[in-house]
Amino acid sequence: MKLLDFLKGERKKSASVAKERLQIIVAHQRGQRDQPDYMPMLERELLEVIRRYVKVDQDAINISLDRDDDCSVLELNVTLPRS
Amino acid sequence: MAKIIVVTSGKGGVGKTTSAAAIATGLALRGNKTVVIDFDVGLRNLDLIMGCERRVVYDLVNVIQGDAGINQAMIRDKRVENLHILPASQTRDKDALTSEGVEKILDALVEDFDYIVCDSPAGIERGAQLAMYFADEAVVVTNPEVSSVRDSDRILGLLSSKTRRAEQNRDPIKEHLLITRYNPSRVDGGDMLNLDDICEILAINLIGLIPESEAVLRASNQGIPVTHDQKSDAGQAYTDTVSRLLGETVPLRFHEYQKKGLLSRVFGGGRR
Repeated sequence: MKLLDFLKGERKKSASVAKERLQIIVAHQRGQRDQPDYMPMLERELLEVIRRYVKVDQDAINISLDRDDDCSVLELNVTLPRS
Repeated sequence: MAKIIVVTSGKGGVGKTTSAAAIATGLALRGNKTVVIDFDVGLRNLDLIMGCERRVVYDLVNVIQGDAGINQAMIRDKRVENLHILPASQTRDKDALTSEGVEKILDALVEDFDYIVCDSPAGIERGAQLAMYFADEAVVVTNPEVSSVRDSDRILGLLSSKTRRAEQNRDPIKEHLLITRYNPSRVDGGDMLNLDDICEILAINLIGLIPESEAVLRASNQGIPVTHDQKSDAGQAYTDTVSRLLGETVPLRFHEYQKKGLLSRVFGGGRR
């Protein structure tokens, strides 16, 4: 069996696939961990307002909240289409 | 003043109750006055693992509701002096466990004991939240498997926000990682996450590593916490874990695959 595996060429070990998948999902989870509960709603409503004026895609908006020691910065990135 | 340690995980079936029983037993064997509390209201099992299921008269909810005193409800362990068990209720009433009630019980115990071990239910509902809320330290039980690691990360998020220490801006809960059901042979074969990867992903301090072991089922069959089986790898690994909880430095064991001899290595494809 081992010899067969060797001849077929080593496939990627399942544990390293697991590690990669976990690193991505955990990073995503942590990004959401500290954000206030209103963030998804805020994101949706901001997008609505912007869309009243400019035609942008759902995924053209990127919102994040960064916290420093004494203040928080709400960062909003919108990719506008070339007009 | 007792230290309150919660044994938690998010995911079910990873070995929380086994670990809570083994750690509480180990702490008591080292001379610490210890009580282990089952927070899994409706699905109590710690009594079975501790081997005292036939001696349960009153439970956690009885004490909260004032139907019994705390000393009436606590069961003295038959094997270890200084070890007590407070069983969970079998009631289906989810609201039976209240924050005030739990606080009152812990306040009463904190003066008399050295360690209070809280065995959390699976999930992130009320029982799990109350088990962790008052804790000073947390043992996060994780299997080398994707869903368990992800759920452990979720629990870490809750530990750092939804606990008394977090809400009162006190020193955060000390978080410890306990990896259970580790199979060095499968890790060596590349089909199981290795301990360094798990530590890297969860980024907390490793307190112990329990190898997958036949001794664990044998122990639960008999209602004798596996710490008593000092001939077994799992029993010794839990003893090591307890020593580390007590602040000692103990080298890690049982994490390396015992490699086969030269012949099987040559014909078995070698090390991967």
